[in-house]
Amino acid sequence: MTNTWSDIKNADVVLIMGGNAAEAHPCGFKWVIEAKKLNKAKLVVVDPRFTRSASVADYYAPIRTGTDIAFLGGVINYLLTNDKIQHEYVKAYTDFTFLVDDNFSFENGLYSGYNAEKRSYDKSTWQYQRGADGYVLTDPTLENPRCVYQLMKKHYSRYTPDVVSNICGTPEKQFLKVCEYIASTSGTGRVMTIMYALGWTQHSQGSQIIRTGAMVQLLLGNIGVKGGGMNALRGHSNIQGLTDLGLMTNLLPGYMTLPSEKEADYRAYIDKRAPKPMRPNQMSYWQNYEKFHVSLMKAWYGKAATADNNWCYDWLPKLDKPHDVLQVFEDMYHGEVNGYFCQGFNPLAAFPNKHKLNTALAKLKYLVIMDPLATETSEFWKNYGDLNDVDTASIQTTVFRLPTTCFAEESGSLVNSARWLQWHWKGAEPPGEAKPDTEIMAGLHLHLRELYKKEGGAFPDPILNLDWPYKMPHEPSSEELAKEFNGKALEDLADPADPTKIIRKAGEQLDGFAQLRADGSTACGCWIFAGSWTQAGNQMARRDNSDPYGDGQTQNWAWSWPANRRILYNRASADPSGKPWDSKRRLVWWDGKKWAGDDVPDFAPASAPEVGMGPFIMNPEGVSRFFARDMMVEGPFPEHYEPTETPIDVNPMNNNPQAIYNPASRIFKGDLENFGTSAEFPYAGTTYRLTEHFHYWTKHVHINAVLQPQQFVEIGEGLAHEKGIANGDQVQVSSKRGYIRAVAVVTKRIRALKVNGKTVHQVGIPIHWGFLGQAKAGYIANTLVPFVGDANTQTPESKSFLVNIEKI
Amino acid sequence: MALQSLDIKRRSATTTPSPQARETLEVAKLIDVSACIGCKACQAACMEWNDIREEVGTNVGVYDNPNDLTAHQWTVMRFDEVETDDGGLEWLIRKDGCMHCEDPGCLKACPSPGAIIQYSNGIVDFHEENCIGCGYCITGCPFNVPRISKQDGKAYKCTLCSDRVAVGQAPACAKVCPTGAIQFGSKEKMKEYAETRITDLKERGYDNAGLYDPAGVGGTHVMYVLHHADKPALYHNLPKDPTISPTVSLWKGITKPLAMAALGAAALGSLFHYVMKGPNEVSKELEDEMEREDERLRALEKEDAK
Repeated sequence: MTNTWSDIKNADVVLIMGGNAAEAHPCGFKWVIEAKKLNKAKLVVVDPRFTRSASVADYYAPIRTGTDIAFLGGVINYLLTNDKIQHEYVKAYTDFTFLVDDNFSFENGLYSGYNAEKRSYDKSTWQYQRGADGYVLTDPTLENPRCVYQLMKKHYSRYTPDVVSNICGTPEKQFLKVCEYIASTSGTGRVMTIMYALGWTQHSQGSQIIRTGAMVQLLLGNIGVKGGGMNALRGHSNIQGLTDLGLMTNLLPGYMTLPSEKEADYRAYIDKRAPKPMRPNQMSYWQNYEKFHVSLMKAWYGKAATADNNWCYDWLPKLDKPHDVLQVFEDMYHGEVNGYFCQGFNPLAAFPNKHKLNTALAKLKYLVIMDPLATETSEFWKNYGDLNDVDTASIQTTVFRLPTTCFAEESGSLVNSARWLQWHWKGAEPPGEAKPDTEIMAGLHLHLRELYKKEGGAFPDPILNLDWPYKMPHEPSSEELAKEFNGKALEDLADPADPTKIIRKAGEQLDGFAQLRADGSTACGCWIFAGSWTQAGNQMARRDNSDPYGDGQTQNWAWSWPANRRILYNRASADPSGKPWDSKRRLVWWDGKKWAGDDVPDFAPASAPEVGMGPFIMNPEGVSRFFARDMMVEGPFPEHYEPTETPIDVNPMNNNPQAIYNPASRIFKGDLENFGTSAEFPYAGTTYRLTEHFHYWTKHVHINAVLQPQQFVEIGEGLAHEKGIANGDQVQVSSKRGYIRAVAVVTKRIRALKVNGKTVHQVGIPIHWGFLGQAKAGYIANTLVPFVGDANTQTPESKSFLVNIEKI
Repeated sequence: MALQSLDIKRRSATTTPSPQARETLEVAKLIDVSACIGCKACQAACMEWNDIREEVGTNVGVYDNPNDLTAHQWTVMRFDEVETDDGGLEWLIRKDGCMHCEDPGCLKACPSPGAIIQYSNGIVDFHEENCIGCGYCITGCPFNVPRISKQDGKAYKCTLCSDRVAVGQAPACAKVCPTGAIQFGSKEKMKEYAETRITDLKERGYDNAGLYDPAGVGGTHVMYVLHHADKPALYHNLPKDPTISPTVSLWKGITKPLAMAALGAAALGSLFHYVMKGPNEVSKELEDEMEREDERLRALEKEDAK
């Protein structure tokens, strides 16, 4: 989230799209109700289904799954043509005025530089025009046809209301009504928040859907202000912490990135990640990358990391290719993976195409499961009849099941969607032999280290030299790890402004990432967490919920990264002269000498407004980007592409067979044949969660199983009538990859949509069932999902695919 | 649940006067249907606080689970899809359970002394140790709430967490409700709060928004804020003007003294039955009678709904 849960109460309009907060985030949803009660806010829900969020909305509009870019592109067009944008904001705080390379182009569904064979782009033209001084050229008059504003306006002029309606199936009147609600926040006195979740991420163009939402918010001046923002509602209680700590296969802690195998040179690795400002007087905060990186390496390798060995750069793994979950299972499927560690993860249920996953897992020599629950993955080899029809005798994989503690059985911190690190305390002893994950990992590490010591090995250095300073080496405590993430001084740190003054003595906890250094005098396990456990103690354990400004910022409740800042980009809540756009909504402001405010300013504390530094300090431009340059694989402006499996066979935005679905998505050999066609599988399937369950966990809990006992799918009355299905009938839902059987819930909440001259029915598929647990045994919904991901993040396309449905 | 006998203002089938030495505040639970997202946290909390568990059931084509109130599930969410005149849709979600009537039909109908009581704060509670399982409370209830346990033949329903309320705590459902759709406090405060919600709903175009606190049962200690207070039947057949069944009134007025003697014998009979055969059965005749009465009530409700 750019903002926080409690800040949602400050919104005037709440748009829930690509998510279902009432259902999947019921506790956080209270802030929407607060906004309605206290702020007379209007709630607008756009979703393929009339959801529980829609049940308390002021306005609901249906949409065909996977067409959100078309919808939001239409909103952009509406805002630009009806002059419903915040002019001063976009001109000063975005790339509106930036000039783009003359050779950049977009034609019939494709951007310049497309290579059809590789399904990827040469992105060299996706750049700005630069002056002789190296800075980007701009046109403050916005008249130059190559400026971002003009290019964007032209691009989205194609998304007229009738085009939107034709693609999305949203009746034009309803689309325009949603536009009106959104546009009502274009002035400085009203603000909209967007709440989204997996309904936007789980598409082959998910990242671009989210970008389009952000573009709408930027046009309205709704980023960096109270009650605004782009608010990603995370799907797990600590999935924010997972990405923060770099558990994605291409990341290091704090959103630093692993080098590729082409990056053998340390200096080049750093320079590439520490870009110089693209405009005069901009901060480009990532210029500090080396400070964070060296401090990380000091935390990992201690004294072994020195300037002479480039802080052990050679020990870092260098990526030969992406190793995301889809890629790993693809490799496993081809017999290229011997062993797999599955820690707090149930891929057989959570990832697409169960049949392929089963086949892949059976090719492993060993599989290690670390989980508090008996997961389906841990019993992938066991025959459960139709629910898991495998030939056990032919599977030779050895499965080790290591029971771990549940969150309530250990102390530690969770990072919520709002970036708050909240400490929690152990509430119960774990049952049986269950151990914290850290203890299991420590045991493995120490054992492997012994083996490397005794027997040597191809590359023992990173294992033998890993710093392991914990009091009980077999059980590093949560407290020790948390302190390590925060970071400490390794030497006395002198004040850069006054070298006679020592700001932190050797061994002391640091106050924040501003104290990190690239000379090896500081260690920090995750730079964005610096400040969470200072000399003053554990800031994450703070429980003062006082709210002196009445705006929900609660600065003394837990600790928020970065720097306990609650609203990101909050410099944008003030106009270029440093005065809040809206005095009722003031957040930070220039007090004549420095930046002050209700929140921790997201800015250089003493940079006067006259200097002209932009509020988006992480970007080398200093402003936010409508034009993403070369940072997205499928193009600088989001463009509508159909889901990989489309119910209408064409992309109404072009007549180019190469641009029906995402032209730059990664499709593995063999999976193309596993995609269905609308002739065989005519309906648009979409998976989702129900409020009574949490993923595949709570089906193990009796109470949750009582509240939602048995697998079902949802269909509209029209489709039910066509297929002769009555409410409560048993049905079979099939895709090219398999089938599931469930009870049919026939509902008015899913309606047939008119799309491109065709009637499109949608089939709703809740995910929570499997062959283990207290709830009635069911089929794994992801059996149906295609093995393809978002082209940028490789998040599976679980929200849009083709199915058929029959009564059984 | 027997607590605070000093605060009991009414007991079933009892003529001894109630204690009057102290007064308690009249309480109410307010369910704001317009803020309810049907998450069923209240159902889970009810199971946990009262330590009751229903069996894992089946899906019969709706979100309502368990499908009905039971001796082990004292509150259920009722989901209704209603098409609006302008072609739109409303998904009305109502938390169903005991309404804690000020004039409780169940208590009036109950022939067993002290099996049903009402506290001076308004809560209507079943004291199962006195329950003979006759099912008359079901007949007497205009909201079709009490359920006879198949296990012990006794009647069960929501206690409004009388044990929690007695020590100054809100009912478990109100405590856990994530959106504040369930509020709890003095009846007066709840009515005031309801007014603010009704004003908000009217501003949003729900011209008939209002409070459900039906006079026919003397008002209730569980009230609803409804967007369509003029059509309560839209919310899973919530009766528009609930009253106590005429049979019960008749029973209470004329025949009760006579029948009491007969039922006393029946109660004695059921005691012997219990001793001889265990607790699980209710006499066949009684069951038939209950069912007939239930059917009649359902028919009445349907009429109300129209």
